[in-house]
Amino acid sequence: MMELSLDQLLKEYPFVNAYFEQNKLDIAGYGDKTFREFLDHFTEEELEDQAIDREKLLSDLPVYLEQMSAFLGLEKSNRVLSMTILAGYDKSGNPEGFSELTVETSQIISIVGPTGSGKSRLLADIEWAAQRDTPTGRSILINGKKPDNKWRFSSNNRLVAQLSQNMNFVMDLTVEEFLRMHAVSRLVEDPQTVIEQIILAANDLAGEKFDLTTPVTSLSGGQSRALMIADTAILSSSPIVLIDEIENAGIDRKKALELLISSDKIVLMATHDPLLALMADKRIIIKNGGISKVLDTNEEEKLLLEELEKMDSLIQTARQELRKGSTLSGKTLNMEI
Amino acid sequence: MNLIIVSGPPSSGKTSVILKTIASYQNRNIKVGVVKFDCLYTDDDAAYEKAGIPVKKGLSGALCPDHFFASNIEEVVNWGNEEKLDLLITESAGLCNRCSPYLKEIKGVCVIDNLSGINTPKKIGPMLKSADFVVITKGDIVSQAEREVFASCVSSVNPRAVTMHVNGLTGQGAYELGSLLYDENQNIESVQGMQLRFPMPSALCSYCLGETRIGEAFQMGNVKKINLGADKT
Repeated sequence: MMELSLDQLLKEYPFVNAYFEQNKLDIAGYGDKTFREFLDHFTEEELEDQAIDREKLLSDLPVYLEQMSAFLGLEKSNRVLSMTILAGYDKSGNPEGFSELTVETSQIISIVGPTGSGKSRLLADIEWAAQRDTPTGRSILINGKKPDNKWRFSSNNRLVAQLSQNMNFVMDLTVEEFLRMHAVSRLVEDPQTVIEQIILAANDLAGEKFDLTTPVTSLSGGQSRALMIADTAILSSSPIVLIDEIENAGIDRKKALELLISSDKIVLMATHDPLLALMADKRIIIKNGGISKVLDTNEEEKLLLEELEKMDSLIQTARQELRKGSTLSGKTLNMEI
Repeated sequence: MNLIIVSGPPSSGKTSVILKTIASYQNRNIKVGVVKFDCLYTDDDAAYEKAGIPVKKGLSGALCPDHFFASNIEEVVNWGNEEKLDLLITESAGLCNRCSPYLKEIKGVCVIDNLSGINTPKKIGPMLKSADFVVITKGDIVSQAEREVFASCVSSVNPRAVTMHVNGLTGQGAYELGSLLYDENQNIESVQGMQLRFPMPSALCSYCLGETRIGEAFQMGNVKKINLGADKT
Protein backbone atom coordinates (compact mmCIF):
# COMPACT_ATOMS: atom_id res chain seq x y z
CA MET A 1 0.00 0.00 0.00
CA MET A 2 2.98 2.30 0.37
CA GLU A 3 3.38 2.29 -3.43
CA LEU A 4 -0.07 3.80 -3.90
CA SER A 5 -0.37 7.48 -4.69
CA LEU A 6 -2.13 9.60 -2.09
CA ASP A 7 -5.19 9.84 -4.35
CA GLN A 8 -5.37 6.06 -4.70
CA LEU A 9 -4.86 5.69 -0.96
CA LEU A 10 -7.74 8.05 -0.23
CA LYS A 11 -9.95 6.22 -2.68
CA GLU A 12 -9.25 2.84 -1.20
CA TYR A 13 -9.18 3.91 2.45
CA PRO A 14 -11.30 7.10 2.77
CA PHE A 15 -10.66 7.21 6.52
CA VAL A 16 -6.93 7.77 5.95
CA ASN A 17 -7.77 11.45 5.75
CA ALA A 18 -7.97 11.49 9.55
CA TYR A 19 -4.38 10.30 9.74
CA PHE A 20 -3.16 13.19 7.59
CA GLU A 21 -5.36 15.68 9.34
CA GLN A 22 -4.46 14.68 12.90
CA ASN A 23 -0.79 14.74 12.00
CA LYS A 24 -1.24 18.19 10.44
CA LEU A 25 -0.03 17.02 7.03
CA ASP A 26 -1.46 19.11 4.21
CA ILE A 27 -1.43 16.77 1.24
CA ALA A 28 -3.24 19.13 -1.17
CA GLY A 29 -1.48 19.16 -4.51
CA TYR A 30 0.41 15.90 -3.87
CA GLY A 31 -2.36 13.52 -4.98
CA ASP A 32 -0.24 11.79 -7.59
CA LYS A 33 2.70 11.26 -5.22
CA THR A 34 3.23 8.41 -2.77
CA PHE A 35 3.30 9.16 0.96
CA ARG A 36 7.08 8.82 0.99
CA GLU A 37 7.42 11.24 -1.91
CA PHE A 38 5.10 13.65 -0.13
CA LEU A 39 7.20 13.49 3.04
CA ASP A 40 10.35 14.00 0.99
CA HIS A 41 9.18 17.47 -0.04
CA PHE A 42 9.74 18.78 3.48
CA THR A 43 13.09 20.45 4.00
CA GLU A 44 15.22 19.41 6.98
CA GLU A 45 14.34 22.74 8.50
CA GLU A 46 10.58 22.16 8.20
CA LEU A 47 10.91 18.67 9.62
CA GLU A 48 12.69 19.99 12.67
CA ASP A 49 10.45 23.01 12.99
CA GLN A 50 7.21 21.06 12.94
CA ALA A 51 8.65 18.13 14.88
CA ILE A 52 7.87 15.73 12.05
CA ASP A 53 9.36 12.27 12.41
CA ARG A 54 9.40 11.05 8.82
CA GLU A 55 10.35 7.45 9.53
CA LYS A 56 7.75 7.12 12.24
CA LEU A 57 4.99 8.57 10.06
CA LEU A 58 5.95 6.17 7.28
CA SER A 59 5.98 3.13 9.50
CA ASP A 60 2.82 4.16 11.40
CA LEU A 61 0.65 4.57 8.31
CA PRO A 62 0.31 0.85 7.49
CA VAL A 63 -0.38 0.15 11.20
CA TYR A 64 -3.13 2.76 11.17
CA LEU A 65 -4.67 1.42 7.95
CA GLU A 66 -4.60 -2.10 9.29
CA GLN A 67 -6.22 -1.14 12.59
CA MET A 68 -8.96 0.86 10.94
CA SER A 69 -9.69 -1.79 8.32
CA ALA A 70 -9.84 -4.39 11.06
CA PHE A 71 -12.24 -2.17 12.97
CA LEU A 72 -14.53 -1.85 9.95
CA GLY A 73 -14.43 -5.58 9.36
CA LEU A 74 -15.18 -6.36 12.98
CA GLU A 75 -18.15 -4.07 12.92
CA LYS A 76 -19.70 -6.36 10.37
CA SER A 77 -18.74 -9.79 11.63
CA ASN A 78 -17.42 -11.05 14.93
CA ARG A 79 -20.41 -9.93 16.94
CA VAL A 80 -20.52 -10.31 20.68
CA LEU A 81 -23.45 -12.53 21.61
CA SER A 82 -22.70 -13.27 25.21
CA MET A 83 -20.42 -12.40 28.08
CA THR A 84 -19.59 -14.78 30.89
CA ILE A 85 -18.16 -13.92 34.29
CA LEU A 86 -16.25 -16.75 35.97
CA ALA A 87 -16.03 -16.40 39.74
CA GLY A 88 -12.98 -15.19 41.61
CA TYR A 89 -12.49 -14.10 45.20
CA ASP A 90 -13.69 -11.35 47.52
CA LYS A 91 -11.39 -9.03 49.48
CA SER A 92 -10.79 -11.65 52.19
CA GLY A 93 -9.86 -14.28 49.65
CA ASN A 94 -13.09 -16.29 49.94
CA PRO A 95 -14.52 -17.72 46.73
CA GLU A 96 -17.42 -15.73 45.32
CA GLY A 97 -20.95 -17.00 45.85
CA PHE A 98 -21.57 -18.14 42.27
CA SER A 99 -19.58 -20.12 39.76
CA GLU A 100 -20.39 -18.55 36.46
CA LEU A 101 -22.82 -16.04 35.04
CA THR A 102 -23.60 -15.68 31.35
CA VAL A 103 -25.34 -12.59 30.01
CA GLU A 104 -26.67 -12.40 26.49
CA THR A 105 -27.35 -9.42 24.26
CA SER A 106 -30.54 -7.51 25.02
CA GLN A 107 -30.38 -8.64 28.65
CA ILE A 108 -30.13 -6.30 31.59
CA ILE A 109 -28.25 -7.21 34.74
CA SER A 110 -28.41 -4.92 37.74
CA ILE A 111 -25.65 -4.63 40.30
CA VAL A 112 -26.55 -3.77 43.88
CA GLY A 113 -24.45 -3.37 46.98
CA PRO A 114 -23.28 -0.71 49.42
CA THR A 115 -21.03 2.09 48.16
CA GLY A 116 -17.42 0.94 48.15
CA SER A 117 -18.38 -2.73 48.07
CA GLY A 118 -16.56 -3.49 44.85
CA LYS A 119 -18.88 -2.46 42.03
CA SER A 120 -16.15 -0.44 40.32
CA ARG A 121 -13.77 -3.39 40.47
CA LEU A 122 -16.38 -5.59 38.77
CA LEU A 123 -16.93 -2.97 36.08
CA ALA A 124 -13.15 -2.69 35.62
CA ASP A 125 -12.78 -6.49 35.35
CA ILE A 126 -15.33 -6.51 32.56
CA GLU A 127 -13.86 -3.48 30.84
CA TRP A 128 -10.44 -5.09 30.85
CA ALA A 129 -11.72 -8.57 29.99
CA ALA A 130 -9.86 -9.89 33.06
CA GLN A 131 -8.18 -13.28 32.79
CA ARG A 132 -7.47 -14.15 36.43
CA ASP A 133 -4.97 -11.32 36.29
CA THR A 134 -6.74 -8.70 38.41
CA PRO A 135 -7.06 -8.57 42.21
CA THR A 136 -10.38 -10.47 42.13
CA GLY A 137 -9.06 -13.38 40.07
CA ARG A 138 -12.18 -13.27 37.88
CA SER A 139 -12.22 -14.22 34.22
CA ILE A 140 -14.39 -12.82 31.49
CA LEU A 141 -15.37 -14.90 28.47
CA ILE A 142 -16.84 -13.54 25.25
CA ASN A 143 -19.11 -15.87 23.26
CA GLY A 144 -18.01 -18.58 25.70
CA LYS A 145 -14.34 -18.24 24.81
CA LYS A 146 -11.28 -16.47 26.09
CA PRO A 147 -11.51 -13.05 24.43
CA ASP A 148 -9.11 -11.77 21.85
CA ASN A 149 -6.52 -9.26 23.04
CA LYS A 150 -7.99 -6.65 20.70
CA TRP A 151 -10.62 -5.91 23.33
CA ARG A 152 -7.86 -4.86 25.68
CA PHE A 153 -5.49 -2.91 23.54
CA SER A 154 -7.38 -1.33 20.69
CA SER A 155 -8.74 2.07 21.55
CA ASN A 156 -11.25 1.98 18.73
CA ASN A 157 -12.61 -1.36 19.63
CA ARG A 158 -13.48 -1.41 23.28
CA LEU A 159 -15.63 -4.06 24.84
CA VAL A 160 -17.34 -1.59 27.08
CA ALA A 161 -19.01 1.79 26.80
CA GLN A 162 -19.42 3.41 30.19
CA LEU A 163 -22.20 5.82 31.00
CA SER A 164 -20.97 7.46 34.15
CA GLN A 165 -22.78 9.58 36.66
CA ASN A 166 -21.27 12.86 35.56
CA MET A 167 -21.91 13.64 31.97
CA ASN A 168 -20.48 17.01 31.16
CA PHE A 169 -19.55 18.08 27.71
CA VAL A 170 -16.29 19.94 27.39
CA MET A 171 -16.38 20.49 23.65
CA ASP A 172 -17.77 23.77 22.42
CA LEU A 173 -19.94 22.39 19.61
CA THR A 174 -23.57 22.17 18.58
CA VAL A 175 -25.36 18.85 19.00
CA GLU A 176 -25.07 18.26 15.26
CA GLU A 177 -21.34 19.03 15.07
CA PHE A 178 -20.76 16.89 18.12
CA LEU A 179 -22.61 13.89 16.70
CA ARG A 180 -20.94 14.30 13.33
CA MET A 181 -17.54 14.28 14.97
CA HIS A 182 -18.40 11.10 16.80
CA ALA A 183 -19.87 9.47 13.68
CA VAL A 184 -16.76 10.28 11.67
CA SER A 185 -14.50 8.81 14.34
CA ARG A 186 -16.59 5.61 14.15
CA LEU A 187 -16.12 5.53 10.35
CA VAL A 188 -19.89 5.63 9.79
CA GLU A 189 -20.82 5.61 6.10
CA ASP A 190 -23.87 7.85 6.26
CA PRO A 191 -23.42 10.23 9.22
CA GLN A 192 -26.48 12.37 8.42
CA THR A 193 -28.97 9.52 8.82
CA VAL A 194 -27.32 8.38 12.03
CA ILE A 195 -27.35 11.93 13.44
CA GLU A 196 -31.07 12.24 12.77
CA GLN A 197 -31.77 8.86 14.37
CA ILE A 198 -29.88 9.87 17.49
CA ILE A 199 -31.58 13.23 18.00
CA LEU A 200 -34.97 11.59 17.53
CA ALA A 201 -34.21 8.88 20.07
CA ALA A 202 -32.71 11.41 22.49
CA ASN A 203 -35.76 13.65 22.38
CA ASP A 204 -37.92 10.65 23.05
CA LEU A 205 -36.07 10.17 26.35
CA ALA A 206 -35.60 13.77 27.46
CA GLY A 207 -38.24 15.73 29.31
CA GLU A 208 -37.55 18.95 27.42
CA LYS A 209 -36.88 18.81 23.69
CA PHE A 210 -33.75 20.18 22.08
CA ASP A 211 -32.52 20.32 18.49
CA LEU A 212 -29.42 19.91 16.38
CA THR A 213 -28.38 23.55 16.64
CA THR A 214 -28.35 23.56 20.46
CA PRO A 215 -24.79 23.87 21.81
CA VAL A 216 -23.94 20.72 23.80
CA THR A 217 -22.69 22.82 26.68
CA SER A 218 -26.12 24.36 27.20
CA LEU A 219 -27.98 21.05 27.46
CA SER A 220 -29.56 20.34 30.84
CA GLY A 221 -28.46 17.35 32.88
CA GLY A 222 -31.39 15.27 31.64
CA GLN A 223 -30.88 16.31 28.04
CA SER A 224 -27.18 15.46 28.06
CA ARG A 225 -27.93 12.05 29.54
CA ALA A 226 -30.62 11.43 26.94
CA LEU A 227 -28.23 12.43 24.17
CA MET A 228 -25.47 10.24 25.53
CA ILE A 229 -27.68 7.21 25.95
CA ALA A 230 -29.08 7.57 22.42
CA ASP A 231 -25.58 8.13 21.07
CA THR A 232 -24.21 5.07 22.87
CA ALA A 233 -27.10 2.89 21.76
CA ILE A 234 -26.90 3.90 18.12
CA LEU A 235 -23.32 4.89 17.46
CA SER A 236 -21.00 3.20 19.93
CA SER A 237 -19.40 0.00 18.71
CA SER A 238 -18.96 -1.36 22.22
CA PRO A 239 -21.23 -4.36 22.75
CA ILE A 240 -21.44 -3.97 26.52
CA VAL A 241 -22.81 -0.87 28.23
CA LEU A 242 -22.04 -0.20 31.87
CA ILE A 243 -24.34 2.27 33.55
CA ASP A 244 -23.48 3.83 36.84
CA GLU A 245 -26.43 5.25 38.77
CA ILE A 246 -28.91 6.39 36.17
CA GLU A 247 -31.51 7.36 38.78
CA ASN A 248 -31.15 11.12 39.12
CA ALA A 249 -31.27 11.57 35.43
CA GLY A 250 -34.45 13.46 34.62
CA ILE A 251 -35.10 11.13 31.70
CA ASP A 252 -37.44 8.27 30.96
CA ARG A 253 -35.34 5.49 32.49
CA LYS A 254 -37.44 2.64 31.24
CA LYS A 255 -37.33 3.88 27.66
CA ALA A 256 -33.60 4.48 28.00
CA LEU A 257 -33.01 0.85 28.95
CA GLU A 258 -35.31 -0.34 26.18
CA LEU A 259 -33.36 1.72 23.65
CA LEU A 260 -30.07 0.21 24.77
CA ILE A 261 -31.22 -3.38 24.67
CA SER A 262 -33.00 -2.88 21.36
CA SER A 263 -29.62 -2.27 19.77
CA ASP A 264 -28.41 -5.69 20.92
CA LYS A 265 -26.29 -4.46 23.76
CA ILE A 266 -25.56 -6.22 27.01
CA VAL A 267 -26.52 -3.80 29.75
CA LEU A 268 -24.99 -3.86 33.24
CA MET A 269 -26.33 -1.29 35.61
CA ALA A 270 -25.16 -0.37 39.07
CA THR A 271 -28.16 1.04 40.90
CA HIS A 272 -29.79 1.88 44.22
CA ASP A 273 -33.20 2.36 42.62
CA PRO A 274 -35.63 -0.52 43.27
CA LEU A 275 -37.44 0.10 39.97
CA LEU A 276 -34.29 -0.30 37.95
CA ALA A 277 -32.97 -3.17 40.05
CA LEU A 278 -36.15 -5.16 39.44
CA MET A 279 -36.35 -4.25 35.76
CA ALA A 280 -33.27 -6.43 35.20
CA ASP A 281 -33.57 -10.14 34.50
CA LYS A 282 -30.95 -10.91 37.11
CA ARG A 283 -29.19 -8.99 39.78
CA ILE A 284 -25.71 -9.27 41.15
CA ILE A 285 -25.27 -8.69 44.88
CA ILE A 286 -21.85 -7.37 45.83
CA LYS A 287 -20.31 -7.64 49.29
CA ASN A 288 -16.77 -7.19 50.51
CA GLY A 289 -15.34 -6.83 47.02
CA GLY A 290 -16.91 -10.01 45.69
CA ILE A 291 -20.15 -11.20 44.13
CA SER A 292 -21.99 -12.82 47.03
CA LYS A 293 -25.08 -13.88 45.09
CA VAL A 294 -26.72 -13.77 41.68
CA LEU A 295 -30.51 -13.60 41.94
CA ASP A 296 -33.21 -14.02 39.30
CA THR A 297 -35.99 -11.47 39.49
CA ASN A 298 -38.81 -13.69 40.78
CA GLU A 299 -42.54 -13.62 39.93
CA GLU A 300 -43.57 -11.84 43.09
CA GLU A 301 -40.94 -9.17 42.50
CA LYS A 302 -42.23 -8.69 38.96
CA LEU A 303 -45.73 -8.07 40.31
CA LEU A 304 -44.30 -5.70 42.89
CA LEU A 305 -42.47 -3.92 40.11
CA GLU A 306 -45.79 -3.10 38.46
CA GLU A 307 -47.02 -1.55 41.71
CA LEU A 308 -43.79 0.36 42.14
CA GLU A 309 -44.09 1.65 38.60
CA LYS A 310 -47.56 2.97 39.36
CA MET A 311 -46.23 4.78 42.40
CA ASP A 312 -43.38 6.14 40.36
CA SER A 313 -45.63 7.43 37.62
CA LEU A 314 -47.78 9.11 40.29
CA ILE A 315 -44.74 10.96 41.56
CA GLN A 316 -43.78 11.86 38.00
CA THR A 317 -47.25 13.29 37.35
CA ALA A 318 -47.14 15.29 40.57
CA ARG A 319 -43.73 16.63 39.59
CA GLN A 320 -44.95 17.71 36.16
CA GLU A 321 -48.09 19.33 37.53
CA LEU A 322 -46.11 21.30 40.11
CA ARG A 323 -43.68 22.36 37.40
CA LYS A 324 -46.54 23.71 35.32
CA GLY A 325 -47.69 25.74 38.31
CA SER A 326 -50.83 23.73 39.00
CA THR A 327 -52.25 23.05 42.41
CA LEU A 328 -52.23 19.35 43.27
CA SER A 329 -55.50 17.65 44.14
CA GLY A 330 -56.67 14.13 44.78
CA LYS A 331 -58.38 14.29 41.43
CA THR A 332 -55.33 15.11 39.33
CA LEU A 333 -53.45 12.23 40.91
CA ASN A 334 -56.38 9.82 41.01
CA MET A 335 -55.91 9.41 44.73
CA GLU A 336 -58.33 9.29 47.59
CA ILE A 337 -57.58 11.36 50.64
CA MET B 1 15.94 -2.52 37.62
CA ASN B 2 13.01 -1.49 35.43
CA LEU B 3 12.90 2.07 34.20
CA ILE B 4 9.73 3.81 33.04
CA ILE B 5 9.58 7.38 31.79
CA VAL B 6 6.26 9.12 32.35
CA SER B 7 5.49 12.53 30.96
CA GLY B 8 2.47 14.63 30.18
CA PRO B 9 1.13 18.17 30.41
CA PRO B 10 0.78 19.81 33.85
CA SER B 11 -2.25 18.67 35.87
CA SER B 12 -3.06 15.83 33.50
CA GLY B 13 -2.95 13.40 36.41
CA LYS B 14 0.53 11.89 36.11
CA THR B 15 1.14 11.69 39.85
CA SER B 16 -2.26 10.17 40.58
CA VAL B 17 -1.85 7.58 37.84
CA ILE B 18 1.64 6.68 39.07
CA LEU B 19 0.49 6.42 42.69
CA LYS B 20 -2.42 4.14 41.78
CA THR B 21 -0.19 2.05 39.55
CA ILE B 22 2.38 1.63 42.31
CA ALA B 23 -0.40 0.68 44.73
CA SER B 24 -1.30 -2.16 42.38
CA TYR B 25 2.21 -3.62 42.89
CA GLN B 26 1.70 -3.75 46.64
CA ASN B 27 1.26 -7.49 46.93
CA ARG B 28 3.95 -8.30 44.43
CA ASN B 29 6.98 -7.32 46.50
CA ILE B 30 8.24 -4.86 43.91
CA LYS B 31 10.27 -1.98 45.28
CA VAL B 32 9.40 1.21 43.42
CA GLY B 33 11.01 4.64 43.52
CA VAL B 34 10.10 7.87 41.78
CA VAL B 35 12.09 10.85 40.56
CA LYS B 36 10.00 13.90 39.83
CA PHE B 37 11.24 16.51 37.37
CA ASP B 38 9.68 19.94 37.33
CA CYS B 39 10.52 23.55 36.58
CA LEU B 40 9.82 25.93 39.41
CA TYR B 41 7.88 24.10 42.03
CA THR B 42 6.43 20.76 42.91
CA ASP B 43 5.00 19.26 46.04
CA ASP B 44 4.32 15.92 44.42
CA ASP B 45 7.29 14.48 46.29
CA ALA B 46 5.24 14.87 49.47
CA ALA B 47 2.47 12.75 47.95
CA TYR B 48 4.97 9.99 47.15
CA GLU B 49 6.60 10.23 50.57
CA LYS B 50 3.21 9.93 52.21
CA ALA B 51 2.67 6.71 50.30
CA GLY B 52 6.03 5.45 51.59
CA ILE B 53 7.72 5.61 48.19
CA PRO B 54 11.39 6.63 47.97
CA VAL B 55 11.41 9.87 45.99
CA LYS B 56 13.79 12.52 44.70
CA LYS B 57 12.92 15.72 42.94
CA GLY B 58 14.77 17.91 40.50
CA LEU B 59 13.79 21.46 39.60
CA SER B 60 15.22 22.76 36.35
CA GLY B 61 14.83 26.38 37.41
CA ALA B 62 16.31 28.62 34.75
CA LEU B 63 17.08 25.74 32.39
CA CYS B 64 14.91 24.12 29.74
CA PRO B 65 13.19 21.22 31.60
CA ASP B 66 13.85 18.55 29.00
CA HIS B 67 17.51 19.49 28.64
CA PHE B 68 17.67 19.26 32.41
CA PHE B 69 16.09 15.81 32.26
CA ALA B 70 18.48 14.55 29.58
CA SER B 71 21.52 15.79 31.45
CA ASN B 72 20.46 14.16 34.72
CA ILE B 73 18.81 10.87 33.81
CA GLU B 74 22.05 8.92 34.07
CA GLU B 75 22.65 9.98 37.69
CA VAL B 76 18.99 9.33 38.45
CA VAL B 77 19.29 5.77 37.19
CA ASN B 78 22.41 5.30 39.29
CA TRP B 79 20.47 6.46 42.34
CA GLY B 80 17.74 3.93 41.61
CA ASN B 81 20.26 1.13 41.38
CA GLU B 82 21.97 2.20 44.61
CA GLU B 83 18.59 2.15 46.34
CA LYS B 84 18.15 -1.38 44.97
CA LEU B 85 14.84 -0.50 43.38
CA ASP B 86 13.03 -3.02 41.19
CA LEU B 87 11.32 -0.24 39.34
CA LEU B 88 12.25 3.40 38.88
CA ILE B 89 9.65 5.79 37.48
CA THR B 90 10.59 9.26 36.32
CA GLU B 91 7.88 11.83 36.02
CA SER B 92 8.20 15.06 34.06
CA ALA B 93 5.87 17.74 32.77
CA GLY B 94 6.44 18.26 29.09
CA LEU B 95 5.85 21.94 29.26
CA CYS B 96 6.27 23.17 25.71
CA ASN B 97 4.59 20.10 24.17
CA ARG B 98 7.44 19.90 21.70
CA CYS B 99 9.99 17.75 23.51
CA SER B 100 9.90 14.22 24.66
CA PRO B 101 12.14 12.76 27.31
CA TYR B 102 11.64 9.14 26.14
CA LEU B 103 14.64 6.97 25.47
CA LYS B 104 14.77 4.26 22.84
CA GLU B 105 14.43 0.82 24.53
CA ILE B 106 12.84 2.31 27.68
CA LYS B 107 9.06 2.28 28.08
CA GLY B 108 7.60 5.76 27.64
CA VAL B 109 4.18 6.68 28.99
CA CYS B 110 2.31 9.85 28.07
CA VAL B 111 -0.55 10.94 30.35
CA ILE B 112 -3.14 13.30 28.89
CA ASP B 113 -6.61 14.15 30.04
CA ASN B 114 -9.99 14.27 28.35
CA LEU B 115 -10.61 17.79 29.58
CA SER B 116 -7.71 19.21 27.61
CA GLY B 117 -9.77 19.50 24.45
CA ILE B 118 -10.18 17.63 21.23
CA ASN B 119 -7.33 19.37 19.43
CA THR B 120 -4.80 18.44 22.08
CA PRO B 121 -3.49 15.36 20.26
CA LYS B 122 -2.61 17.66 17.37
CA LYS B 123 -0.84 20.12 19.63
CA ILE B 124 1.36 17.69 21.48
CA GLY B 125 4.38 16.58 19.51
CA PRO B 126 6.79 13.72 20.13
CA MET B 127 5.82 13.47 23.80
CA LEU B 128 2.53 11.94 22.63
CA LYS B 129 3.48 10.63 19.22
CA SER B 130 6.46 8.59 20.31
CA ALA B 131 5.03 7.18 23.56
CA ASP B 132 4.57 3.41 23.94
CA PHE B 133 1.56 3.89 26.21
CA VAL B 134 -0.91 6.72 26.18
CA VAL B 135 -2.93 6.97 29.37
CA ILE B 136 -6.08 9.06 29.12
CA THR B 137 -7.43 10.39 32.41
CA LYS B 138 -10.51 12.20 33.71
CA GLY B 139 -12.78 10.02 31.62
CA ASP B 140 -15.37 9.94 34.38
CA ILE B 141 -16.26 13.58 33.91
CA VAL B 142 -16.82 13.64 30.18
CA SER B 143 -19.31 11.79 28.02
CA GLN B 144 -18.71 8.38 26.49
CA ALA B 145 -18.76 9.94 23.01
CA GLU B 146 -16.08 12.44 23.90
CA ARG B 147 -13.93 9.66 25.33
CA GLU B 148 -14.29 7.75 22.07
CA VAL B 149 -13.53 10.75 19.85
CA PHE B 150 -10.55 11.73 21.98
CA ALA B 151 -9.11 8.22 21.96
CA SER B 152 -9.50 7.95 18.22
CA CYS B 153 -7.63 11.24 17.73
CA VAL B 154 -4.84 9.84 19.88
CA SER B 155 -4.76 6.63 17.85
CA SER B 156 -4.43 8.47 14.61
CA VAL B 157 -1.33 10.35 15.73
CA ASN B 158 0.16 7.32 17.45
CA PRO B 159 -1.43 4.10 16.18
CA ARG B 160 1.24 1.86 17.72
CA ALA B 161 0.74 2.98 21.29
CA VAL B 162 -1.46 1.10 23.71
CA THR B 163 -4.13 3.68 24.53
CA MET B 164 -5.80 3.15 27.90
CA HIS B 165 -8.22 4.93 30.15
CA VAL B 166 -7.19 5.23 33.78
CA ASN B 167 -9.10 6.98 36.53
CA GLY B 168 -6.58 8.63 38.82
CA LEU B 169 -9.11 8.99 41.64
CA THR B 170 -10.65 5.53 41.82
CA GLY B 171 -7.72 3.75 40.24
CA GLN B 172 -9.89 2.05 37.62
CA GLY B 173 -7.48 0.83 34.95
CA ALA B 174 -4.34 1.39 37.05
CA TYR B 175 -3.96 -2.29 37.88
CA GLU B 176 -4.13 -3.12 34.20
CA LEU B 177 -1.61 -0.42 33.33
CA GLY B 178 0.71 -1.72 36.04
CA SER B 179 0.58 -5.23 34.65
CA LEU B 180 1.69 -3.92 31.25
CA LEU B 181 4.49 -1.70 32.54
CA TYR B 182 6.53 -3.96 34.80
CA ASP B 183 8.71 -6.46 33.02
CA GLU B 184 10.53 -8.96 35.24
CA ASN B 185 13.16 -9.54 32.60
CA GLN B 186 14.18 -5.94 32.13
CA ASN B 187 17.34 -4.97 33.94
CA ILE B 188 18.67 -1.47 33.36
CA GLU B 189 22.12 -1.02 34.88
CA SER B 190 22.83 2.28 33.19
CA VAL B 191 21.41 4.49 30.48
CA GLN B 192 24.78 5.71 29.31
CA GLY B 193 24.92 5.80 25.53
CA MET B 194 21.17 5.34 25.10
CA GLN B 195 19.43 7.66 22.69
CA LEU B 196 16.55 10.06 22.96
CA ARG B 197 13.67 9.10 20.71
CA PHE B 198 13.43 12.56 19.25
CA PRO B 199 15.97 15.38 19.11
CA MET B 200 15.30 18.50 21.15
CA PRO B 201 14.80 21.83 19.39
CA SER B 202 17.87 23.69 18.30
CA ALA B 203 18.44 26.75 20.42
CA LEU B 204 21.11 29.30 21.04
CA CYS B 205 19.74 32.68 20.14
CA SER B 206 20.87 35.71 22.09
CA TYR B 207 18.02 35.25 24.61
CA CYS B 208 19.33 31.80 25.54
CA LEU B 209 22.47 33.59 26.63
CA GLY B 210 20.74 36.04 28.91
CA GLU B 211 19.77 38.91 26.62
CA THR B 212 16.73 40.75 27.95
CA ARG B 213 16.42 43.69 25.57
CA ILE B 214 13.79 43.53 22.82
CA GLY B 215 14.48 44.49 19.23
CA GLU B 216 16.23 43.26 16.12
CA ALA B 217 19.44 45.02 17.05
CA PHE B 218 19.85 42.70 20.04
CA GLN B 219 18.95 39.43 18.33
CA MET B 220 21.74 37.11 17.31
CA GLY B 221 22.14 33.48 16.47
CA ASN B 222 19.25 31.17 15.65
CA VAL B 223 16.36 33.61 15.18
CA LYS B 224 13.09 32.81 13.47
CA LYS B 225 10.53 35.41 12.40
CA ILE B 226 6.76 35.07 12.52
CA ASN B 227 4.99 35.29 9.16
CA LEU B 228 2.61 38.25 9.31
CA GLY B 229 1.67 38.31 5.63
CA ALA B 230 3.38 38.98 2.31
CA ASP B 231 3.02 42.78 2.31
CA LYS B 232 5.24 43.18 5.34
CA THR B 233 8.55 41.86 4.05
